[in-house]
Amino acid sequence: MTHIILREKDVPNIRELDVYLANEGFDGLKKAVSMKPSEVIDEMKRSNLRGRGGAGFPTGIKWSFIPQSEPVKYVVVNADESETGTFKDRQIMENNPYQMIEGALICAYAIQATAVYIYLRGEFWDIAHDLDERIEAARAQNLVGDDILGSGYSCEVYTHLGAGAYICGEESALLNSLEGLLGQPRVRPPFPAQKGGGLYKEPTVVNNVETLANAPYILRVGGEKFAELGTQQSTGTKVICVSGHVNKPGNYELEMGKHTFRDLIFEMAGGIPDGKGIKAILPSGGSGPIVPATDEVLDTKLTYEDCQSIDTILGSASVMILDETVDITWAASKMTKFFKHESCGKCTPCREGTFWLDKVIDRILRGEGKRSDVELINNVAANMQGTTLCALGDFAANPILATIRHFPEDFYAHVDGDDEKAPVKAAGD
Amino acid sequence: MANPLADKYADRIQKHMSKYPDKRSAVMPLLYIAQEEYGWLSPDAIVQVAEICEMDPTQVKSIAGFYTMYRESPKGKYWLQVCTDLPCALKGADQFHHDLLAHLGIEEGGTTDDGMFTVEHVMCLAACDRAPMLQCNFGYVENLDMDKMKELLDKWRKEAEAYANAD
Ligand SMILES: Cc1cc2nc3c(=O)[nH]c(=O)nc-3n(C[C@H](O)[C@H](O)[C@H](O)COP(=O)(O)O)c2cc1C
Ligand code: SF4
Ligand code: FES
Repeated sequence: MTHIILREKDVPNIRELDVYLANEGFDGLKKAVSMKPSEVIDEMKRSNLRGRGGAGFPTGIKWSFIPQSEPVKYVVVNADESETGTFKDRQIMENNPYQMIEGALICAYAIQATAVYIYLRGEFWDIAHDLDERIEAARAQNLVGDDILGSGYSCEVYTHLGAGAYICGEESALLNSLEGLLGQPRVRPPFPAQKGGGLYKEPTVVNNVETLANAPYILRVGGEKFAELGTQQSTGTKVICVSGHVNKPGNYELEMGKHTFRDLIFEMAGGIPDGKGIKAILPSGGSGPIVPATDEVLDTKLTYEDCQSIDTILGSASVMILDETVDITWAASKMTKFFKHESCGKCTPCREGTFWLDKVIDRILRGEGKRSDVELINNVAANMQGTTLCALGDFAANPILATIRHFPEDFYAHVDGDDEKAPVKAAGD
Repeated sequence: MANPLADKYADRIQKHMSKYPDKRSAVMPLLYIAQEEYGWLSPDAIVQVAEICEMDPTQVKSIAGFYTMYRESPKGKYWLQVCTDLPCALKGADQFHHDLLAHLGIEEGGTTDDGMFTVEHVMCLAACDRAPMLQCNFGYVENLDMDKMKELLDKWRKEAEAYANAD
């Protein structure tokens, strides 16, 4: 397959503007500005592209929510990429940056936005400065700024650096952070697309880097042709980040529905090191449910709907592989420490829940837990589900519930089975 | 009141300000500039940034405290943030972090006596395919092991000494 997103694998140096332009670069934007904005949105709807940031919301429909009557509108590119195990947006911005810029401008034209802000996690310092230079190079070719390609449409593109906070990847927290407010989620409605809910209270589209990088191709070949790739519910390709216990970790762009976890892990990523067996898969970073590496799971196709059928999610497709030596209790502890650290503290169930989960799992790992502690974890996690202001609370709870559901023996192995004898303090310690 | 940041970095500050419809939105880039100037976000630096952004210093301080990349206390010349999140840990990052601390003779979060290195562990840095890895100030160093690390520490030490002697 030729790549749609990771095009540097087919076209070396596509990161340079002259090479990008010589390889259909900005043809999608040219096409877009020759159409009516509403026609661009229709094209995106026909592609059935779903957001690549995790939630999988249909992109064309998201764009169509923007009220055209408002004079000021924004596009915000979510380049915060902080989900554990995710490193695809980084590769796109490092190796095929103009495609993301072009995609953002297509979105901007479609909703008639006045400006694009690219919000990058602070650690992407070098990438942000590189993008600044590339934006200027594009401006010199009349691709950014005033009267883009002589169309009469004008739009600025800016970068903005975060400073290390996972929660700023959540779109409403991101908008607060960009506005110089504390990077905590907002109460919704109003949603970002609505007046009052977006950046500076103006209607705003927030899209992931990979999502937008699909737009130039969709405009070039047409939404219908794009939708021929993949399945009906999961069109196009997906960049899959593979990490953990594989011989060849990295990003693999695959047509959705054509490959299984088995193909991904054993063919593309070169299998498990040292001839070890595979124990479990985390298909969507630290925030999606873990699945045991059974034949049924390994033979599951990589699509949104197939992952759902095995009680997990494709999400941002950050696939972490755990070999047979991994203690799932330890892995659960790692994930919990992440969410405890990253909880913004705004709502009690998330702030306290992550604190208690970490405390109880630590005590179990130290061999100081009791059997009822496993039940306690279940209860704490269940109380977090659906009770928090943003999805981080669910992200913290769901994976833990799945680790216990699928690997109870890993937890019970740390407790000696006798509640009376175990040297534990009460739950309120 | 004098505001050395506003004077010294007028051009850069103006460039950031021009991106946004209000001054408050420039607070994050300005905190980076202040940190670059003073090495950390001292109370005085916070006040200067607040003044430029027309914000309350307590708000600026809470923003500085919200993020991991702002230094609320002085750090070593080289601030080493080692990723020990799950994918890196599956590739030995916990051991690497432990060995690095032992080699430098410091505890997690500590700084070497010569003020050269601070070591902290952090969450995923979007480089999980190149573990173990760390962020040194604003750059990534990837595919590490302790041998490579020791060479780097030597190199950085020499660079810092050469820089100090050149002053
Ligand atoms: C806690 C949390 C963290 C998130 N982090 C990211 C992120 O780093 N990158 C991203 O694109 N989306 C992230 N999202 C999803 C965004 O809120 C939003 O749905 C997404 O940017 C929409 O873009 P898309 O429709 O193109 O996927 C996060 C969501 C939550 C709840
Ligand atoms: S769920 Fe957690 S991260 Fe989200 S708003 Fe509440 S406290 Fe903050
Ligand atoms: S887990 Fe270390 S970079 Fe992702």
